[in-house]
Amino acid sequence: MAKMTKEEVIEVAHLARLAITDEEAVHFADQLEAITNAMELLNELDTENVEPTTHVLQMVNVLREDKSVPGLDRELVLKNVKEHEAGQVKVPTILE
Amino acid sequence: MNFETIIGLEVHVELKTESKMFSPAPNHFGAEPNTNTNVIDLGYPGVLPVVNKTAVDWAMKAALALNCEITRHTKFDRKNYFYPDNPKAYQISQFDQPIGEHGWVEIEVNGEKKRIGITRLHMEEDAGKLTHTGNGHSLVDFNRQGTPLIEIVSEPDIRTADEAYAYLEKIKAIIQYTGVSDVRMEEGSLRCDANISLRPYGQEQFGTKTELKNLNSFNYVRKGIEHEQVRQEQVLLSGGIIEQETRRYDEATGKTLLMRVKEGSDDYRYFPEPDLVDIVIDDAWLERVRAEIPELPDARKARYVAELGLSSYDAMVLTLAKPISDFFEATVDAGADAKLASNWLMGEVSAYMNAEQKELSETALTPEGLAGMIKLISDGTISSKIAKKVFKELIEKGGDANDIVKAKGLVQISDENTLREFVTAALDNNPQSIEDFKNGKDRAIGFLVGQIMKQTKGQANPPLLNKILLEEIAKR
Repeated sequence: MAKMTKEEVIEVAHLARLAITDEEAVHFADQLEAITNAMELLNELDTENVEPTTHVLQMVNVLREDKSVPGLDRELVLKNVKEHEAGQVKVPTILE
Repeated sequence: MNFETIIGLEVHVELKTESKMFSPAPNHFGAEPNTNTNVIDLGYPGVLPVVNKTAVDWAMKAALALNCEITRHTKFDRKNYFYPDNPKAYQISQFDQPIGEHGWVEIEVNGEKKRIGITRLHMEEDAGKLTHTGNGHSLVDFNRQGTPLIEIVSEPDIRTADEAYAYLEKIKAIIQYTGVSDVRMEEGSLRCDANISLRPYGQEQFGTKTELKNLNSFNYVRKGIEHEQVRQEQVLLSGGIIEQETRRYDEATGKTLLMRVKEGSDDYRYFPEPDLVDIVIDDAWLERVRAEIPELPDARKARYVAELGLSSYDAMVLTLAKPISDFFEATVDAGADAKLASNWLMGEVSAYMNAEQKELSETALTPEGLAGMIKLISDGTISSKIAKKVFKELIEKGGDANDIVKAKGLVQISDENTLREFVTAALDNNPQSIEDFKNGKDRAIGFLVGQIMKQTKGQANPPLLNKILLEEIAKR
């Protein structure tokens, strides 16, 4: 049974850009540990010769021809945008 | 202690398809901001991507041209990250089954040939373009979002900045020949990141690498690597350790600056893209694409040496850019001597393009025009010196070399009697020069030739003039 630490929860929360408190991290660590341990049950099965299933349909090569259609009207594009300037979306600068 | 530098390059190339990788929005550089997008690019709820068939064809074409093995069962994966350049918060890319693997290109530096391995070539989509305004805000243009990209990852086989430069030139040339991209670094259709690490000579294990970004020209790639090499050496020699981090090349100072500590691949939480099914490439598809690959730069180079008698270096320079190479071939097809055509293209034509900052297609010069001029030089109608005047006219205004020569009265004087008259007059006027020449001052000949060229407005046939001049001096 794997142990889920508070630090791991904080790291995953950061990757998902979720702001959580230390208390919440401890709380979620317990919950997530229970979940991952439940998932561990699956490891009891022998899947040695079983291909992973990523799609339920046995379908391949769904492709389209390279034809373009005009882009959306810019007014529509910017309609739900909080702030825009010179036809561009304005966001706070986030330095990588 | 001496260190060996280990360099690996990641090259991103935008494919110039008509539409985007997963959406039918137009894929063109230079459109008004946010006019080439649609709901798929913008990541609206409930939309589904559909793969552009031509983009897969072209990725395969590039992979084959770079000697990659094609992965017959390939698929897309989702790479998760949050950044304002991507409204979906994930990029569709390829993780463990890239379309191409195990390729290579051959480079030549200082006459030494070397094979650089290509680990993988995978398909993905580009993100939007962010412009930092500097007052706490950034502006986002999503036109580029969803542009088909291929990422070409080299093996850590590169050892010097010069090799990195040669590798990039080769990748650029090969991709340009396949016609799948404009490969213009200034427009961002070719971009490069460099991974650099140092290790003491003789050590097997690689040192910790840093990733260098913001390398916006081949020269900056070279300079950035050179700087990073020195920086890492200084850190190591002073007992420090290299952190795995991403650094930014600063064009103004020529230095590299810390951007961020590198995240691991795990942080991207890759998983198979649930919205797209796998791609299976059968023999017929593969062979159809393979058949579309044109003659590549190395093959052309070999042909120029073997069939046209060019030097290996000239052939290499001529084949670096497809427009120049195509122009050269058309000039030779139009009847020009290959060696002269090569000299003019690498000399006067390149000089003009550099000075005017123009592409060959933006000048008035045509292969027929250049060939016509070269034929006039070959048959002695004009001298190389006069040709420069004709050339200026051809490249600025276009037209036919023959017409220009006639209209401007530039035909070379190759008539012996006419030339002899000019020679006689010059000798009569410069008795001192005859004296000087007879006293062993060879330079006096140059002076006399200069005088006659002035009189004939540069139109005297040089070898014939020399011959007659020596004959006439001998008589005196």
